[in-house]
Amino acid sequence: MSEIAEFFYFSGYAWYVWGSYGVTAAFMVIEVIVVIKGRKSMLQRLARMARLNKNDNE
Amino acid sequence: MSFKNSIVWLYFSSPKNFYPLAGKLIPWFTWLTVSLMVVGLYIAFFQAPPVLSDQKEYYVIIFIHVPAAWMSMFIYIIMSMYAFIGLVWNVKMSEMMATALAPTGAMFTFLALWTGALWGRPSWGAYWVWDARLTSELILLFLYIGFMSLQSAIDDPRRAARASGLLAIVGVINIPIIYFSVKWWNTLHQGFSVQPAQTQQLMDPAIKWGMLILAIAFWMYTIAVVLYRVRSIILERERQTSWVQELVGGKA
Repeated sequence: MSEIAEFFYFSGYAWYVWGSYGVTAAFMVIEVIVVIKGRKSMLQRLARMARLNKNDNE
Repeated sequence: MSFKNSIVWLYFSSPKNFYPLAGKLIPWFTWLTVSLMVVGLYIAFFQAPPVLSDQKEYYVIIFIHVPAAWMSMFIYIIMSMYAFIGLVWNVKMSEMMATALAPTGAMFTFLALWTGALWGRPSWGAYWVWDARLTSELILLFLYIGFMSLQSAIDDPRRAARASGLLAIVGVINIPIIYFSVKWWNTLHQGFSVQPAQTQQLMDPAIKWGMLILAIAFWMYTIAVVLYRVRSIILERERQTSWVQELVGGKA
């Protein structure tokens, strides 16, 4: 087995090890995407509200 | 606390002043997170010994399991401290920080349980057992979920903060139960991983440092994500104020 394949095989414990690291990494990446998207949609919503207020006042 | 310090605290307890500060801090904590993670993972996979006494190669899960479990408890304590300050002194910024911390705390609690299950299977032969440590950590997850659902169930943000804050403060009792569960009861879960006195000398320094560095990386990650999230929360709760109107109006 090549060194790289051996590293990923993890002496047969691949599922436990990569299952732990993979899910942890996925959650952390997803959380970052969620907060970035949340901010974007919040800014859009508030800008729309501000526009509506402006139109009302005119 | 000196006079000057208390002025600084008062200044940044205003959402209007905290908002730009948080924005400036986020890139720093992002870089700290990334660099500490690289170092920590390098130690975990290439520097630490392949096996730990009776634990075979799968013990490498320790490097994310222990930091995630620490963060799950640490974030809860910080969250309820903010909730307490919000409740007693009516500090709005404090309430918002508690709100912003909850999802990340819940995530680390889930990850502690998940990585624990995947570690338990090869080492104990079971993904889950109802032992005191595991059960009390599961209760912590429910406390986070309860905190968040209570907040989203109440429309008025002040009332939502008060109700969920109270829940958070009462739930603090669970933290020492989790922490000392391995001492108070006979648990299948192993004892303290890091202990001041004897154990520390027995533990390989590479394992100790890897765990510590990844714990700090998770901590920096938490700060970055929570600051990012709290900025959105500030915008929402302060949307009627002139400074937010100006900010979003300028972008439209």
